Parts: sequence; structure tokens; C-alpha cells
Amino acid sequence: MKNIQIGISAIAAAIALIGCGQQGSSGGGAGAEVKIGHVGPLTGGIAHLGKDNENGARLAVEEANAAKIKIDGKDVKFTLVAEDDQADPKVGTTVAQKLVDAKVVGVVGHLNSGTSIPASPIYNQAGIPVISGSATNPKLTEQGFKTQFRVVGRDDQQGPAIASYLATNNKPSTVAVIDDATAYGEGIANEVEKTLKAAKINVLPREKGTDKTTDWKAILTKLRGRNPDAVFYGGMDATGGPLLKQGRELGIKAVFSFGDGACTDKMKELAGDAAEGLLCSQAGIPVEAADKKFLDAYKKKFNADPILYSPFTYDAANMLIQAMQKANSSDPKKYLPVLQKLDFKGATGKIAFDDKGDRKDAEMTIFTMKGGKLTPVAVIQGGKTQTYDEFVKAAK
Amino acid sequence: MDTFLQQMVNGLTAGSVYAVVALGYTMVYGIIQLINFAHGEVVMIGAMVAFSVINLLVPAGLPPLAIVLIGAGCAVPICMLVGYGMERLAYRPLRHAPRLAPLITAIGVSIILQHVALMIWSRNILAFPQIIPSRTYFIGGAAITTVQIAILAICFMLMASLAILVYRTPLGTAMRATAQNPQVAGLMGIDINRVIAVTFILGAGLGAVAGVLFGTYYGIAQYTMGSVLGLKAFSAAVLGGIGNIPGAMLGGVLLGVVEALGAGYIGDFSDLCAWGVPLAACEGGGSFILFGSNYQDVFAFLVLILVLVFRPQGLLGERVGDRA
Repeated sequence: MKNIQIGISAIAAAIALIGCGQQGSSGGGAGAEVKIGHVGPLTGGIAHLGKDNENGARLAVEEANAAKIKIDGKDVKFTLVAEDDQADPKVGTTVAQKLVDAKVVGVVGHLNSGTSIPASPIYNQAGIPVISGSATNPKLTEQGFKTQFRVVGRDDQQGPAIASYLATNNKPSTVAVIDDATAYGEGIANEVEKTLKAAKINVLPREKGTDKTTDWKAILTKLRGRNPDAVFYGGMDATGGPLLKQGRELGIKAVFSFGDGACTDKMKELAGDAAEGLLCSQAGIPVEAADKKFLDAYKKKFNADPILYSPFTYDAANMLIQAMQKANSSDPKKYLPVLQKLDFKGATGKIAFDDKGDRKDAEMTIFTMKGGKLTPVAVIQGGKTQTYDEFVKAAK
Repeated sequence: MDTFLQQMVNGLTAGSVYAVVALGYTMVYGIIQLINFAHGEVVMIGAMVAFSVINLLVPAGLPPLAIVLIGAGCAVPICMLVGYGMERLAYRPLRHAPRLAPLITAIGVSIILQHVALMIWSRNILAFPQIIPSRTYFIGGAAITTVQIAILAICFMLMASLAILVYRTPLGTAMRATAQNPQVAGLMGIDINRVIAVTFILGAGLGAVAGVLFGTYYGIAQYTMGSVLGLKAFSAAVLGGIGNIPGAMLGGVLLGVVEALGAGYIGDFSDLCAWGVPLAACEGGGSFILFGSNYQDVFAFLVLILVLVFRPQGLLGERVGDRA
């Protein structure tokens, strides 16, 4: 027994030594190739969003290569190491470790909050900066990790935005709140509930599905019996579409509202005519309000329009590159302090990080489905609501 | 009452689809004692083929009903071919191998089919074209759509015709004889290989229809949709007594209803506040729900476990010593 223990501790020591060796060498990345990681789901129900995010980061990397950027006097070639986390927290951590082992100097991602949060300590331990272009759960930047950033708003900004819009514009007396039991869905639903309750609106006990639920009828039937004026669902479009369709089939007349995960054009396909009139919010500004130059370049390169968060992952990748340029080093230790203080102007507007790594003054946009198209109706920034037309006018 | 009636309607619709899928499991098990875990994937392929055909035909401007019928008409023979193919290539060579070998093969076939579908139809969630205008009728406060009525009608029609086929035709007699004792049936001049192949083909055809119905009902299709649906239908088959055809029908419908009622009422029953437990969350009409409606999918498998513990032969199954 004792021998086995000694054996195990010897192996453990050996592994620890190997581990140190790797960490020691990961710093000197100022060679010819600079690897930037990207993580998002490339398989599963939201693979289309994962690919869109990856395209955004890829565009930034390729533009940087075309611009022949020099760091520390040497030519560098950026490569994007794209990984698939299947929107699964377990896979998320595996993939994060894989990127650390591949010695990436920075990471764009992950797409989901549910995978970003468990992956964040791994990047933090390796000292690699991570910028998410779409993870909105507040917890992500509340863990005290100096390496964690995001260029979108948080659920505790987005939830209150859609909830206060709902409260002031639709004036419901009873609201039903449903979530998909993921970190994202539950997070945003909690914030919506908090804001509605603060506005003295009656909120029904929370109903929960999963991120794979296709049959919502049992839950919706139960809710129909309680006659809510509005329904909020915290979840993705793959489940939100069927939810909306089935709700209308059951004859529920309430306003259906969603967070950004279900604020995509796919809702029209998934819910059909039932999608008309839905309300939803996106953290940040509408894709079509992103910088024209980005939109054209994306369209030209991928022969498709950006879907949702690619302007953000594009900015995130560009911020990593610009911070490296300014620090004149691709060593995470050297460029991380620069990134923290970077004043950046990107496809989604001005970006600067606060102490936690969140974007300062993030905008939230409220959309409605009108004639089969998501149409922006209002922009909420720092608690101030503007109609979309006012916002566009002010921006010009 | 409205709510209860509506939950029943929901449960019956989902349950009749489970029943049609469960028939595929039970027919194959009844005849060669194989749990064909790839059956869920056949259902998925049915939905996918119909999706492609319908998408192709929508611009042609045919009437919607005709398009859906053509879609189903293409899905059924293709799934039958898949069903025949897997019997011929994967299961027949293993017919006399130990029980475990074909079971593992079935899991392998299911993975292969899933990945073939992934390659053909991509990993994205596909929005099933909703071309049939769905009208909602209210009966006693319960909403029922035209699609739901069609699903109920088609499923019960299929079940009735299968029952007639099995109990009233020479082919059905041959199937039942093979199920009872393949060796003796063979000695009586029945072509066992043919009967087994026909069983697979029929099961796959039913699965294809179920796939199309599932797709039109929920409006979505994805390459992974077969696994949960297949497992639920398998649970339904076990609930009714695997190998027993009326049992699969009863099991499917029951499972759908149990699931709908379970998901609809578990929250109310597990609300600690309603039971009078003094908790801080209960003040001012609040609630503290122990199990929410996200336990919906658990019911199918809870039923499976309970049946296996208390009545392993299922509701209508007979205890058969040498087959258990």
C-alpha cells in the first residue's frame, strides 16, 4: 500500500514538473506565428451562431495578416485556432485546456455563458486573456479573474432593459417567466423577474424547460390557466421558436418576450406566423447598425450576412491584436495590462473595459418582429431609453 | 378543468406519435428479441427526407396538403429501404450470435445513421416548413389544431391497419408464427428471412410517418431528434409489454398522457408552500417549488424504471420464462 502511495506521488510530481515546463515556455510567443483561440458551439442546436461568431474573429485575424502587422520589429502571422465546445460546459473546459496546451496567446469566446464560466479559471491560471463577444451572464466577470473580459452587456443590464420596456410599453399586470435551466437562461430570467417585481407587477412562479425541450405544451397549458398578459422566456431560439408557436396554438394571447438568445431571424422560420409581434432584446446594437465596413467585408468573405454576435467577436479579436501591437509583444503578461486600459473604436462602437472586465456603457436594443423581420424599436443605454430612430439620428 | 382537458389533448397527441414509433420497437423485438436502438434514427431520417422534399416542392406552388403527402410519400419508401438495409447488413449476419452482439450493433447502426444525417442535413436545427395553415378549434376550453386532429387520425388509422395486418392476414399469421417459434415456423414452410425483413420494413415505414408527423407538429427537425424520441418510444413499448403490439399502442398513448399531466401538475404538487411548510419564500402568496416542469422528460424514464421493477413483463405482456 505504501509503495503504491509513493508511486502515485512520484507520478504526481513528474506531472507537476512537466506542467511547469509548459507554463514556462508559453510566455515567449513573440515568434513568427501568433495563435489566437476561438471557442463556440459548431455542432448542436445553435451551431449557426457559433459559426457566425467564429467568422467574426476569423475576419479580424485575416485583416490583420493582410495589413502585415509587425510586433517587436518582426513580421507576425496570426492564426485562428477554432474549437467546438458543443455548448456543453464539460466540453468547454476540455477545449479551454486544449487551447492553453496549444499555447494560444489570447482567446475570443466562448459563445455561451454556461461554457464560458467553467472555462474561465483555466484561462486565468494560464494567464491568457479571454474576451467573450456574447456571454452575458453576470457571474462571468464577477469571479475576480484579471484575464476575463467581454464586449457585450450583461444580463443584469439586458434583463432590466427588456423588462422595463415591457413594463412601460405593454403595462402587463401578470407576467409568466420561463427559462431553459441554463446559466444564461436562468440568469436573464432572474433579472427580468427582479425588475418586474420592482415595478409592482405580479410574476407567476417560475417554469423551467431544458435547452433541448421541443414540447412546451404542458407548461404553456398550465400558464394559460393563469392568464398572464405577457410571457418572458430566457433561452435560445431553437427552443424559443417552438415555445412561441405552441403558445399561440393553445390560444395564449399574451405578449411573448425573449432575451438575446432567441432574438434572431430564425424565430420567424421556427415559429412561423406566430412570431409576429414578439418582443426581444439584444445586448449591444443591431447587427445592421454595426460599422458598414465590417458588414461589407463579412459579406464579401463569407458570402452571407452576419447573424448576431459576429461584430462583437470581430471587435474582440481586433482588441487582442491592437493590445499586442501597442504593448509591442504577444506575451500575455505584457499585453494584458494594455488590453485592460485600451480605448478601442470598433464595429460596435467605442469599447473600454471597467475594472471587472465588462464593457463600460453597453447598449441594449429592443426589437419587435414586424412583417417577418426583426425591427429595432428602442435602444437603452445607462438606464435611458431612446427610440431606435432617435438613436440612429444621434449616432450620425 | 380547461387545463386538465388541454393537458389530455396534448398528451394524447404526443402519445399517439410515441405509440406509432413504439410499434417499430415492439414488432422487431417480438419477432427476433432484438431491441433495435437504431429505430429512433429511422424516424429522424423520415423527418429529414420529408423536410428536404417539402422544401424542394414549396416553390412549385402545389397545394400544401399535396406537398406534405408527397414528402411523406418519399420518406416512407426511403425509410423502408433503410430498415431493410440494416436488417440485411447489420442484424441478419448476427442472428445466431449471442444476444449482446446484435444489441451493440444496433447502437452502432444508430450512431452511423446519425452521422450520415449530420453530413447530409448539417448540424443545424431545421425549421420544418409550415405550409399547412393551422386552424385552432376550441372544444370545452381545450384548443386543438388541425395538425393535432390529423396526427390523432393518422396514428390511430395506422395502428388499426397494423392490427388488421397482424391478426387477419396470412402475412400476419406468418409473423406471429415466427415470433412464437422461428424453427418450427420454418419447418412449416414459412420463409423466415422474408418475414423478418418485412417486419423491419413495416416498422421503418411506420417510423417514417411518425417522423413526418413529429416534424409538422413541432415545426423542427434535427439530426439528434431520434435519440430522445426513440428512448421514449422504447419506454412506451416496455410499459405496454415489449413484443406485444396492442401493448405498444397502449403504452405510447399512456406515456404521452403521463408526461403531459406530470409536467403540468408536478410543480403544483411539489410546491412546499401549498403543503403548508412555513418558509420565508411563501410569504405573501409566494411559492417554493421542489420539482419544476423541467422534469418533463424524466417521467418517461421514471415510468420505465417503475415498470421494470414492479411489472417487468409490462401492462399487457405475458411472463415468458425463456425470453425474459
